[in-house]
Amino acid sequence: MGKYTIRRLLTAIPTILVISFIIFAVVDLSPSDPTGNLPLTIPPEVRQKIREALGADDPFAVKYVKWLQQFFISEPLNFLETTLGITFPGSEDRVRVISWATRGPVIDIIAERLPQTLWVVGSSYFLGVLIAVPVGVYSAYRQYSIFDQVGTFAMMVGFSVPTFFTGLMFIVIFSVNLKWFPSVYDTTLVVTDIESLQQQLRQMFMPVTVLTLYTTAQMSRYTRASTLDNLQQDYIRTARSKGLTERTVVTRHAVRNSLIPVVTLIALQIPGIFAGALITEQIFRVNGIGQYLIIAIQGGDLPTVQTVTFIFAVLVVIFNIVADVLYGILDPRVTYS
Amino acid sequence: MRIKLALVLCLFLFSTLFGGVAVAQDTSEVTILYWQAVSILNPYLSGGTKDFDAAALILEPLANIAPDGTMVPELAEFIPTLENGGVSEDLTTITWKLKDGLVWSDGTPVTIDDLIFTWQYCTHPEGGCSTKHFYNDVVSMEDIGGNQIKITFGVPKPNPYDPFVSSSAPILNAAQFADCMGANMSACTDQNFAPIGTGPFMVDEFRPNDVVTYTANPNYREEGKPHFDRVVFKGGGDAESAARAVLETGEADYAWNLQISPAVLSGMEAAGQGTVVVAFASSVERLMLNQADVSPDNPNRSVWMSDGSNDHPFLTIPEVADAMSLAIDRDIIAGQLYGAGGQAACNMVNGPPVNVSETYLGCSQDIDGANAILDGAGIVDSDGDGIREANGVPLRVQYQTSTNAVRQNTQALIKQWWSEIGIETELRNIDAAVFFGGDPASPDTYQKFYSDVQMFTSGTSGPDAETFMVRWICGAAPNPDNGWLGRNVPRHCNPAYDALYEELTGTGGVEARAEIVKQMNDLLIESGALIPLVFRGSVSAHANSLHGVDMNGWDSEMWNIQDWYRM
Repeated sequence: MGKYTIRRLLTAIPTILVISFIIFAVVDLSPSDPTGNLPLTIPPEVRQKIREALGADDPFAVKYVKWLQQFFISEPLNFLETTLGITFPGSEDRVRVISWATRGPVIDIIAERLPQTLWVVGSSYFLGVLIAVPVGVYSAYRQYSIFDQVGTFAMMVGFSVPTFFTGLMFIVIFSVNLKWFPSVYDTTLVVTDIESLQQQLRQMFMPVTVLTLYTTAQMSRYTRASTLDNLQQDYIRTARSKGLTERTVVTRHAVRNSLIPVVTLIALQIPGIFAGALITEQIFRVNGIGQYLIIAIQGGDLPTVQTVTFIFAVLVVIFNIVADVLYGILDPRVTYS
Repeated sequence: MRIKLALVLCLFLFSTLFGGVAVAQDTSEVTILYWQAVSILNPYLSGGTKDFDAAALILEPLANIAPDGTMVPELAEFIPTLENGGVSEDLTTITWKLKDGLVWSDGTPVTIDDLIFTWQYCTHPEGGCSTKHFYNDVVSMEDIGGNQIKITFGVPKPNPYDPFVSSSAPILNAAQFADCMGANMSACTDQNFAPIGTGPFMVDEFRPNDVVTYTANPNYREEGKPHFDRVVFKGGGDAESAARAVLETGEADYAWNLQISPAVLSGMEAAGQGTVVVAFASSVERLMLNQADVSPDNPNRSVWMSDGSNDHPFLTIPEVADAMSLAIDRDIIAGQLYGAGGQAACNMVNGPPVNVSETYLGCSQDIDGANAILDGAGIVDSDGDGIREANGVPLRVQYQTSTNAVRQNTQALIKQWWSEIGIETELRNIDAAVFFGGDPASPDTYQKFYSDVQMFTSGTSGPDAETFMVRWICGAAPNPDNGWLGRNVPRHCNPAYDALYEELTGTGGVEARAEIVKQMNDLLIESGALIPLVFRGSVSAHANSLHGVDMNGWDSEMWNIQDWYRM
């Protein structure tokens, strides 16, 4: 197992490098202009000067190598310096990955935004799993019952209605008509007392609910299918014939085995939490990582787009490895040798 | 027991959620929504209007431009003119005087050195300053004592009001930015995220691409202002939800740039929470009739020749252009498609008021009149196919613009009206990134204009129209020799117009210049190469409880935020 993990980690390195190159090429070749949002009255020669100062007109290879150096050397060194409080030589001249739009280090902005993304997207994910597993199991156990039919219908709706629609509907119902929840998320809110906690919960309610609806729908379908499979198995019949209670049969025997694929699914989707929910963040102005990426794409901010998408790619690769390893731990039948 | 506990927990959660739900109508705080989030607070590194506007709360210029296009002194004592001797007779120098006793928000005095530094900072050859063109032709700036600065231009500048005028060219604190010249411009993150200014507010916290919070500047020069202690400048989302937050839910006090369907916007306004405000500057949506021949098999396609050998077969005939203009109902286009953000336009120069010609006002639709003009010119339908012919060439035009719902609706209306006067129109729309992209290799750019008619918007860059009027002088037409980069897109040429332009470049004084601009505008309308359609304004909305908002199309919408108050 240990050997397997190490091997997977080592093969991940070239994968990640290839990914970084492909992302860079795609982003760089796309027709976008960092001066594109400037008022039309700003003349072309001034725009040209701005692009030159940013280095936007440098050859592809130069830009790519610069980015590699900034991301893989400067950023880790800087991280070590700030966390350990030591200074490496050349720290003054080191150039970090700098956004073309904000002229500030990209990593700092990502770090600043991570909390709100994790809070909103993370808690919706957590809630989704919490609801989906029992619903999925019960639906499978009482297949074709009223609960199963209603549940299936609700989950199909949740799965097929896009978040930009449910989000808008929620705003119209809960913000415009009922005035219960704010439609604008306040990212500067700090929870210090019961009142600010109330505010935080209120502003999280709509984005979290919208996202939970979607995650729940997806997860519960998986859980249901997997539980159905297991309930047909011989070992369930054996357990019942041993005289175990239905409760023990379902929770101890069926559910445990059914959750193996679900756990893998959960692990694979964790990078998605970091990526934020692009559309939902935009609708409710949560302004997390997802919204940051959208702004960067619109603004032609190449270093930001490159860095954010690359971090997602790394997370996807890592959690794929985690999922594979977890699978081996959870299911003794799977061996890696 | 467990169920009871869960119930109690649920109850608690709901009580916290719904307890005390009320939209804050705070008298000490104002919330502004920009659907494009602010990236940086140094306007000289701005990536768009949103950054200029967010910086306008902190940094101030010598003078702002008021909604009517006139100048209002901010840090300057008064506006220098030819009359008061502030502008030299030869139009090469301008002398500004700072107000006495000005201090930065940190309490240090504002000096002429700060102005000189700002100029050097923005024009440094290694820096990428967004509004470098505001300092064009400046050869020197000197402190001549008495809190005065003398700016000398290398050429006579009839309009010397670019440096340090408007929120696009405010004054930076020299002490703070001293190490940020040239290549270091971008590296000064702390300075760029929290500039020290003289304006009504100071940065409290800045989260790039998200939100800026400001607190009132205790050293602000006007007693008792600003009226708010705090400003929250929130970004993100989209125009429609920003409008909703001000007009329907009342969560925010001000929402910027609401380019949404007029029907949707007026529906939201009907909720009674807020008011839609519009400011007009000079942007005009217009048709351009290509004066050069654009037949696909012509090797000189869309290239204008000074000897008239490559003229368009019928769009150069004044009667055709007249009839095309007369057939259009501008009120329908402006009212139905642009709503509050548009007015019917009969002129190319629509603002400021001093520059607007009154010769051709009231250009209403007259289909019969248009038909009569064409009949009178002998341009008739001789073969009975419903399309008129001019010198044997049927009046078939291709009409292109960028892809955008409002523009495609305009195209459809105009096509219908032109069909009623015997002109057949083929419509075409091109993705905005390509159309405005200016790639000389693409056949679809607005400069190349491989089409008979096209439509888009632009306006003057300030109240002075010179940089706008220069576009239509002979010879400035795009062609292969200049890489298709000429400004004269319709390929318009009129020696009388060029003579007036010459006169304009040598005339000082707002009134005298306005007279020339009006004559030039009239010549443009008569020539028919340009058909103005809609005078476009910017649309914002503010809560009914917020007073003092004076929407401005010439300068930042935040230009007078020190006067905003809540009642």
